[in-house]
Amino acid sequence: MGGNVKVVIDADLCQGQGRCFSIAPSIFNFDDLGNGFVIGDGELSPETIDLARLAQANCPEHAIFIEESS
Amino acid sequence: MTDKPPVLDFATDFDHTDPEWVSDPYPIWEDLRQRCPVAHTDRFGGAWFPATHAGVSAIAKDTVNFTSRDVIVHEGRPTEEDLPAPIGLAPPITSDPPFHQIARKLILPAFSPGVVNALEPQIRALCNSLLDDIITEGVVNASMNYARLIPPSVIREMLGFPAEDMDIFIRCVHVITESIDRPEEERIELFAPVEEYFRTKIEEHMENPRDDLTSFLLNAEINGEKLAVEHVFGTMVLILVAGIDTTWGAIGASLWHLAQHPDDLARLVNEPDLMPVAIEEFLRFYAPVTMARLVKADMDYLGCPMKEYDWILLGFPAANRDPVVFKDADKFIIDRAENRHVAFGLGIHRCIGSNLARLELRVAIEEFIKRYPKFELENKDDVTWAQGQIRGPRNLPLRILS
Ligand code: HEM
Ligand code: SF4
Repeated sequence: MGGNVKVVIDADLCQGQGRCFSIAPSIFNFDDLGNGFVIGDGELSPETIDLARLAQANCPEHAIFIEESS
Repeated sequence: MTDKPPVLDFATDFDHTDPEWVSDPYPIWEDLRQRCPVAHTDRFGGAWFPATHAGVSAIAKDTVNFTSRDVIVHEGRPTEEDLPAPIGLAPPITSDPPFHQIARKLILPAFSPGVVNALEPQIRALCNSLLDDIITEGVVNASMNYARLIPPSVIREMLGFPAEDMDIFIRCVHVITESIDRPEEERIELFAPVEEYFRTKIEEHMENPRDDLTSFLLNAEINGEKLAVEHVFGTMVLILVAGIDTTWGAIGASLWHLAQHPDDLARLVNEPDLMPVAIEEFLRFYAPVTMARLVKADMDYLGCPMKEYDWILLGFPAANRDPVVFKDADKFIIDRAENRHVAFGLGIHRCIGSNLARLELRVAIEEFIKRYPKFELENKDDVTWAQGQIRGPRNLPLRILS
């Protein structure tokens, strides 16, 4: 399966629209201001990657990135 | 209201208060997207209306070329003298950077998901007590007697104002939301009793702080200094203006939809887990809020010759119907999985109350359909829509079916 897949939120783009942590509370959480952040190191497994992609596809600010590293 | 000439072509002479736009704007926007993606009008002293997601998104995120100093389009072209300082009349909605972020950060924590989600049981109890009060003769006015009453009660409780003041509070809210675009002198006069009521409540909180939004605002600090009472009152007014008719509109429009789509209603009744996804589709399809910006300086933008202080009517609801971004954009798909809608805006002014609005909308619909799992429109022609930048049904008689 090659390298690792990681999800990150670009904090400069995130405006706290709150879609990610509603859709995927196991991957994302929110801070005191309501902005999203990734729980832990953001490493995705084959089981969680689709959920992360779904959250990504619902973020109005295009603030979620899924990166493959080798 | 003065009589205005009817609109002949929405591409060159649009008017969002025109009866055709008020009752059903969607075909107008679709037509504009196909032949003139940025409409213009000489009305209101000159205004532009981008009908595409790309246009709305570009302007919402561009605080260099556009200002939020006035976010409600009104008659007459603003001049430098009419406009408030960049801090704005009602920070943060009328503020530009850099002050915007300061005013926004001040109130964000009070509306974070953690704080807001804790309100769910009380919102549920409120919806049920409103439903208990409705005495049906088979017909319920779901807008006036239900959707309208939910947002002010929720905010009253958040502010820590007593339940027995409900009637006074609703009257105040009415004055505030109905008079916000009146001339200043008139507004000051109308506001006087409202201000007095709020001032008394604020003073009570100063003497006796508690765990509510009023005490939160009184404790908040900018640069180490507590907010002036005027600032606290101003913020309360903003929260009322931004949080009430908007959420009323969203709840009403969602019930209006369900009354006409028995399949969607049955699915929600039978599959409660669908609710969060359905809520996002209600928000996309019936987004209630259109905002405004002003052009900061003469420039060509989106191919249009914009002039300083031209209005921009920023149609988040139109962006939500753009087929370039949404598959089957003109179809309501209750289980639409991918839904990047912009009902709460985009960029730095993203709705502060979005978590609260979603919660109110979800709980209001859940409790209504629990009580009344089958209903339809009593008479389609009796339904009226609010005119202006906040869209929602005002009169919504629903016939309850067994
Ligand atoms: C369904 C209901 C609602 C919708 C669709 C909605 C929509 C919006 C939109 C589109 C904006 C962006 C304005 C702009 O770009 O100029 C906004 C801003 C705002 N909303 Fe809401 N809103 C709703 C409910 C609420 C509630 C319940 C509250 C508070 C109790 C609230 C408070 C605010 C505030 C304070 C702002 C200004 C944020 C800023 O400028 O940084 N809204 N809302
Ligand atoms: S959905 Fe996007 S904007 Fe919203 S909190 Fe998550 S990352 Fe931020």
